[in-house]
Amino acid sequence: MANTGWDEFEIGAMLRSFDGKIDDIAGTLQEDRAYSQNNSFVASVADWRIEKPVFNKDFCIDCQFCWIYCPDISIISRDKKMIGVDMDHCKGCGICVEVCPTNPKSLLMFPEHADEEAELAKWPEKDEEKK
Amino acid sequence: MSEMKKIKNLKEFSTSADRFEGANLLCPGCAHSIIVREVLNATNDDLVLSASTGCLEVCTAVYPYTSWDASWIHIGFENGSTAVAGAEAMYNALKKKGRLKQPERNPKFISFAGDGASYDIGFQWISGCFERGHNIMHVVLDNEVYANTGGQRSSSTPIGGSNTTTPAGTHSYGEKQNKKDMMAIMAAHGGPYVAQVSPNKWKDMVKKIQHGFSVDGPVFINAASQCCTEWKFDPKDTMHLADLSTDTLAWPLYEIIDGKELNITYRPKNVIPVEEYLAAQGRFKHLFKDEYKYLIKEWQERVDSNWAYLNRREEARV
Repeated sequence: MANTGWDEFEIGAMLRSFDGKIDDIAGTLQEDRAYSQNNSFVASVADWRIEKPVFNKDFCIDCQFCWIYCPDISIISRDKKMIGVDMDHCKGCGICVEVCPTNPKSLLMFPEHADEEAELAKWPEKDEEKK
Repeated sequence: MSEMKKIKNLKEFSTSADRFEGANLLCPGCAHSIIVREVLNATNDDLVLSASTGCLEVCTAVYPYTSWDASWIHIGFENGSTAVAGAEAMYNALKKKGRLKQPERNPKFISFAGDGASYDIGFQWISGCFERGHNIMHVVLDNEVYANTGGQRSSSTPIGGSNTTTPAGTHSYGEKQNKKDMMAIMAAHGGPYVAQVSPNKWKDMVKKIQHGFSVDGPVFINAASQCCTEWKFDPKDTMHLADLSTDTLAWPLYEIIDGKELNITYRPKNVIPVEEYLAAQGRFKHLFKDEYKYLIKEWQERVDSNWAYLNRREEARV
């Protein structure tokens, strides 16, 4: 279906979000859903990014501010814990870093090509002057 | 399924399974999807959704992809609300005849539209839905401009904003008409619930959305949607702009019940001068030139008098 051009459909054709039947979408987490090839979940906007967020779980207090304010459903929270960033869907806007309340921040923006391990190793120290 | 989802705090809220997907084509930092997520996650019930033409529609349904994990329809610029109202009417008719396959399910009917599709082009259609009294919710994603087509002014654009059809320059300070008071207009329709929300106050937003689901009749939700592209600010500052808009009272948060009872739901501890809200946006930068500075004063006066009016309405309960 995904290979069919937009003008090659028969009238009444359907593009479905999922393969097969899902009874309770609101109770099914993303990893348990059978996404179809027509759901934008299977696409990626990773090439939009100039900067990427890097998550340091040592300082995270699981306040979930980043989860609620992420416009791209890219903050993965499971069982009330923030567990990482979905790099296929993150556009690198930087809102998560701005709303992060910890000191030092648990999320920081780095250039897309930066090495995550190296950046985590030299994470900034606590800023004593900040309240 | 029909009982209201319990959301006590943000940790509990974060266990929601999103029904709006990533890799949509909205700009980085767009507040539209933050609002859509907060609305959709406020319930676990089935959803019947529509989107009128606008950023949200063109960015979430680009062939061959859809970003919606629920029934979703788009027809034209103006009639998203009517499409959802039609679905609601059919649902009620089938329910009455006993022909629903799963009558225990309790779907929610929500129509999303931008300010262009609500304040201007779709106004008559929303007005019709309110007059007929459908049990639907209309959510306006108000970014105060036709952002999808390149930043033309809409009747929601505030005074002084520089847009492509009302550019600021040597002869003009930009938009000259004041923002339409859509809240008062919709409240005058006598709908059971009309509320103004902002994405930064998520708890207030979820409370209002859930109240909207619980009442019987048409609900109007006016949500401030900060647009980094047309308001000209850095995408990372979206929530900062939202905070400024609620704390300067440029976007007061209140609700009107049954067209009469007005409640202010958020009173900032420290009210910030509206100048800071204007200064944070590129579309108002010409107001800080000497010849246009008087407009900032007028802005402040307008915001103050609106706030005084809302307070008096709240006291008077009429």
